[in-house]
Amino acid sequence: MVPLIKVEKRNDVPMALYFFTPFIAIILTILGGGIIFYILGFNPIEALKFYFITPISNLYGLSELLLKATPLCLIAIGLSFCFKSNNWNIGAEGQLTFGAIVGGGVALLFYNQEGFYILPLVIFAGAIGGMIFALIPAILKTYFNTNEILVSLMLVYVSKLLLDYLVVGPWSNPEGFNFPETRQFSDSSRMPLLFEGLRIHAGIFLALAAVMLSWFILYKTYLGFQIKVSGLSLKTAKYAGFKGKTMILVVFMISGACAGLAGVGEITGPIGQLHRMISPDYGFTAIIVAFLGRLNPFGIIFASLVVALTYLGAETAQIFLQIPKYTGQVFQGMILFFLLASDYLLFFKVKILNLKKNELRH
Amino acid sequence: MSLDISFIGILIGSIMASSVPLILAASGELITERSGVLNLGVEGMMIIGAISGFALMVITDNLFIAIVGSMLSGVIISLIFGFLTQSLLTNHVATGLALTIFGIGLSAMLGKNFVGIPGKEFPILFSSLRESIPFFGPILFGHSIVLYFAFALPFLTNYFLKKTKLGLVVRAVGDSPVSASNQGINVILVRYCCILYGGAMCGLAGAYLSLIYTPQWIENMTAGRGWIALALVVFATWSPIKVLIGALIFGGITILQLHMQAIGFRIPVQFLSALPYLMTIIVLVVISRDSRKIKLNTPTSLGRIFYKEK
Repeated sequence: MVPLIKVEKRNDVPMALYFFTPFIAIILTILGGGIIFYILGFNPIEALKFYFITPISNLYGLSELLLKATPLCLIAIGLSFCFKSNNWNIGAEGQLTFGAIVGGGVALLFYNQEGFYILPLVIFAGAIGGMIFALIPAILKTYFNTNEILVSLMLVYVSKLLLDYLVVGPWSNPEGFNFPETRQFSDSSRMPLLFEGLRIHAGIFLALAAVMLSWFILYKTYLGFQIKVSGLSLKTAKYAGFKGKTMILVVFMISGACAGLAGVGEITGPIGQLHRMISPDYGFTAIIVAFLGRLNPFGIIFASLVVALTYLGAETAQIFLQIPKYTGQVFQGMILFFLLASDYLLFFKVKILNLKKNELRH
Repeated sequence: MSLDISFIGILIGSIMASSVPLILAASGELITERSGVLNLGVEGMMIIGAISGFALMVITDNLFIAIVGSMLSGVIISLIFGFLTQSLLTNHVATGLALTIFGIGLSAMLGKNFVGIPGKEFPILFSSLRESIPFFGPILFGHSIVLYFAFALPFLTNYFLKKTKLGLVVRAVGDSPVSASNQGINVILVRYCCILYGGAMCGLAGAYLSLIYTPQWIENMTAGRGWIALALVVFATWSPIKVLIGALIFGGITILQLHMQAIGFRIPVQFLSALPYLMTIIVLVVISRDSRKIKLNTPTSLGRIFYKEK
């Protein structure tokens, strides 16, 4: 008997496996995390418990989980439009920042006023800000053939520097003793809280609305059809006469608007002003969320909760075990590694054969 | 501050020093990209190189081991990328991003006990000549060996790609993997080697930061230089010599912005800091507008997955 591993290319991807492999990736990540904790000298079971169970074992923790999942979900929904159509927008962090700048600017205009119309204005401004910022790589890609990966990425740094300039310079709080931050927004510019004493706010409804809307657009409209076909084959899309350029602009605008909304949700929600650190790289982490959720609106909800837990777990582990909070990024990186690796099973069938020697010869 | 001739000499010397990590990382990535592989993990590999170099220096007290170790750690971490993209055929962009996120997290974890430890002085060469010759002294002498290596590297890379058989193989694999494969070249093996070489150079670039440029370990100390290096490769239209020129321009902006601050120049420092990023975008637009120009230089199969039916 000779055991033999045979790899065959599959003709089509089994859908059940397509949605099952993310779970394999999550399990492997937890195992990998346990091994890393063990190497660092921690009891792996205890460390993993502090990481994945302690943070969500009370109401406050659950609220924090939803609070962190909200921007991740919003951005990932937007990115799914880009990624589905083969547009590599990886500058969502910049679009988030620019959206927060524009939305925050409007909020600062009304810093000493109250009124029901202020919050909608701020939110709208944030979405427009993100949209405009995303249009830069989109326009350069469509009209100048420029690589959108690099442009959208470079703009992340530009937007962060712009925010830095504004909060230390012209927008800094005149009564703020030169701290790099703006005035506090007025109550009318703040997202209403859902429960007394918890930080979870109405921004979660924006994320849920984005999920429903994106599902509708992707699966029920002509635009969604165009996006999917362009993602599968650009040649087919051209042959079908789809207007490629318009579609690129539209997917970037959707993606930017979602990132802008996420930014404005952060500053009008938990933060309440502009300062340097408005996002712990949500824009980059959302790329992982989009992949883990298989670019599917409902998959993304699930994925955003999982990835939000890595943020939360990292904070808890830092408090209880003094593990640096950057472990969150280690977990996030591992999830994506394992997910991409397990995709191999989607495209190839791995068979372990037991053949008799004489069969091998044939 | 007087702008006399010796000051300009010192200024040029410091611009050269600040461009070293960019030259090293971009030259490494250039070879990787020439073989048709787009590795967005430069930032992650650099930061891993930075912490491993510094940690090894503290543990072994030997700078040679630290430098070699940083390159090895770059190789090891790029092996993850190589295995995923070449053996498991994963998407280059996503895998590279995962590598950067993973690398930044892992480096902070490994570096936890090394924060605040002072670095060691790295030996510099020809320090007496630096003082005795005006203007040219600070430019040509008194640098670390890594700087001299970095400035030779683009020329060596150019020679390798244009004049050697192996260089031709790398270019063939990047431009037309199918025909290269038909010629009997093991495309996957060549790409593996180029990825690992890129990892080694990025590791060295990181070690330059933590051992020589600012000898200490700070979390996230590469501060986006990996992304600049990536942009630099495109900026240079995949030509090694232009990488050198681009790195000096980018390094120059960094240094000038520090001095302009000191002089009390009116432009806000954030705008000067944003210049390298904006310049990269402008250059990208200029070279990409002409589709012939970009086709002439871009490795044709860049970022595409190569799979050979067995």
